[in-house]
Amino acid sequence: MTEPRSGAEEATGRNRSTLIRLVVSAFLMFGFGYALVPFYEKLCQVLDVNNLNKQDNALPLNTQVDRSRSVTVEFDANLHRLPWNFKPVTGSLVVHPGEIVTVEYEVSNNREDAVTGQAIPSYTPSAAMQYFQKLDCFCFKQQTLAAGETRRMPIAFLVSPSLPKDINTITLSYTFFEVPGANAASVQTEKAGG
Amino acid sequence: MAAIPGGADHSHDHAHDHPSGFMRWVTTTNHKDIGSMYLWFSFAMFIVGGIMALVIRAELFQPGLQVVDPDRFNQMTTLHGLIMVFGAIMPAFVGFANWMIPLMIGASDMAFARMNNWSFWLLPPAAILLTSSLLVPGGAAASGWTLYPPLTVQMGIGMDMAIFAVHILGISSIMGSINIVTTILNMRAPGMTLMKMPLFCWTWLITAYLVIAVMPVLAGAVTMILTDRHFGTSFFNAAGGGDPVLYQHIFWFFGHPEVYIIAIPAFGVVSQVIPAFSRKPLFGYASMVYATSSIAILSFIVWAHHMYTVGMPVAGQLYFMFATMLIAIPTGVKVFNWVATMWRGSLSFETPMLFSIGFLFLFTLGGFSGLVLSMTAVDVQLHDSYYVVAHFHYVMVAGALFSAYAGAYYWLPKWTGHMYDEKLGKLHFWLSLIFFNMTFFVQHFLGLAGMPRRIPDYSLQFAEFNKISSIGAFGFGLSQLVFLVVVLKCLKGGEKASAKPWDGAEGLEWTVPSPAPHHTFEVPPVVK
Repeated sequence: MTEPRSGAEEATGRNRSTLIRLVVSAFLMFGFGYALVPFYEKLCQVLDVNNLNKQDNALPLNTQVDRSRSVTVEFDANLHRLPWNFKPVTGSLVVHPGEIVTVEYEVSNNREDAVTGQAIPSYTPSAAMQYFQKLDCFCFKQQTLAAGETRRMPIAFLVSPSLPKDINTITLSYTFFEVPGANAASVQTEKAGG
Repeated sequence: MAAIPGGADHSHDHAHDHPSGFMRWVTTTNHKDIGSMYLWFSFAMFIVGGIMALVIRAELFQPGLQVVDPDRFNQMTTLHGLIMVFGAIMPAFVGFANWMIPLMIGASDMAFARMNNWSFWLLPPAAILLTSSLLVPGGAAASGWTLYPPLTVQMGIGMDMAIFAVHILGISSIMGSINIVTTILNMRAPGMTLMKMPLFCWTWLITAYLVIAVMPVLAGAVTMILTDRHFGTSFFNAAGGGDPVLYQHIFWFFGHPEVYIIAIPAFGVVSQVIPAFSRKPLFGYASMVYATSSIAILSFIVWAHHMYTVGMPVAGQLYFMFATMLIAIPTGVKVFNWVATMWRGSLSFETPMLFSIGFLFLFTLGGFSGLVLSMTAVDVQLHDSYYVVAHFHYVMVAGALFSAYAGAYYWLPKWTGHMYDEKLGKLHFWLSLIFFNMTFFVQHFLGLAGMPRRIPDYSLQFAEFNKISSIGAFGFGLSQLVFLVVVLKCLKGGEKASAKPWDGAEGLEWTVPSPAPHHTFEVPPVVK
């Protein structure tokens, strides 16, 4: 039995080194899954896709106001794990497509320290998104509020006259979330999210 | 399970005492015992997942809501998918690997016998977690097997149970794969070079690498969902700076190779069976190895064809479309090689061969509908429709499941020492073939007509085809009980099988007696 045993021991050693290599690969691939997150964000940034907070192409060439049509725009405000107060000053309003409108949201920081937040827009119906052009918005950059500060922030927008006829109401909803790690010192860092 | 072969054969067990009864199965480190347990487990899960499929088809038998409420319906589609993929098909092929790879390469057992035991015994807790999540408040995960956020970030505790089940199943399959790779690389008999290995071993070597590469990515993705749900992260929540589309990218980076993790061992089984019943060696062995490897490598770079409709840039869509179509080339090489193996062969049509030919025909059909779906412009129309359901059931059921049946019938004599009942086997095949097509072929038409998948109710114009499909599904489900009868009969008795019951079969597994003794190849055979 001495001969096969030494052979078996050699095999055990080889098996162990294969095992270690494969276990390490499995752990590396687990890390790779997480590495995809920053990679994806970077890729979206470089290719300039999937950016919810982008300013829409300056002023449209033709700002003809379509007075024959009215669209109701509703405003909504949400907070994601953030101890702020956040609400639209105007709940809803009726606009004509092509008309440039400015509305305000009011936000206040109830915390004892400065907090930086980022707002993300969302549209209902989602098909309306491409016809809703924001010329200015507090969501274009991160907002830092000092302790106890209250602020009014504007959105200037127009609804494109090419909005499909079956859309009569657009709901614009913002959700503010805290930008982790950002503080009062870094007011305008890069956009969060991809 | 006590009737499983090898148990009675104590003449080889001189070296150590074996616990008997239930503890034998709990503590066993024998690759044949573990292989049998894997196969029984996967069959049990196949029945559980099948019952869920029948609940789905019963609900869809006619328009309106009759059998289950929509919540339950969604839980059924989700668990049916998870159980069939992770509980039935993957463990079935790991079972084949455990039983056959050591026999095929002349090894005495798997490289890490105790880890092998552990990787099996992780499966039952995962299965219990998944199935018992139906009973918790809020019910089981109801997001579809792909577990897309934002739904998965919102659901109840059933979702957490599904996530943990996926973790456990993932760990089990990674351990199983590490074992298989190590066994194949280090434990081959002298003279058994890699290019002399039976193709089944090759396909499993490639599959095991795929599992090690992508299961951890899935584990990462579901862990991110878990931390999004409970620990304040926002990987996938847009309202927290995350992105739900990111999940789809990570998931399908796992998900597409997963498709081949299921299909490639099936290719391996068919590559053993077709030459045996054509009485010719496999045509183009080397090209089969290279084609399988190419499929595995390509599977990493095509994932986004599952998500053409998320709003990808056109350049991205074009890239993923062409890369996907590229996979048809190595797959075509394999299909033509199988056909060429049969060409001018001395064919006979025992049950394993019937299932292999059924596989060949229907898998190719599923491959063609896959090519149709690979075209972005077409997919935008067919995305998440019943056409997709038909497509992947052609490759998963007629592909993987038929191949598993081919393998089971092919090796049953080796496992049990008895020939199975050929008449019943053929009956099983023909019933399966007819009812399978009855169930799924009509779903192509439903999808083309615009019926979305994962809905409990539908418009009236879809009623006829759904009725046909539901009848087919119940027929298919009941036909599978024939297989259970065949296996039980074969375990009990039947014509004694010789060491090599198939005259055209090749390979080391046919050099050991039938049933294969508990310990084989303790002295490695020498391969010329």
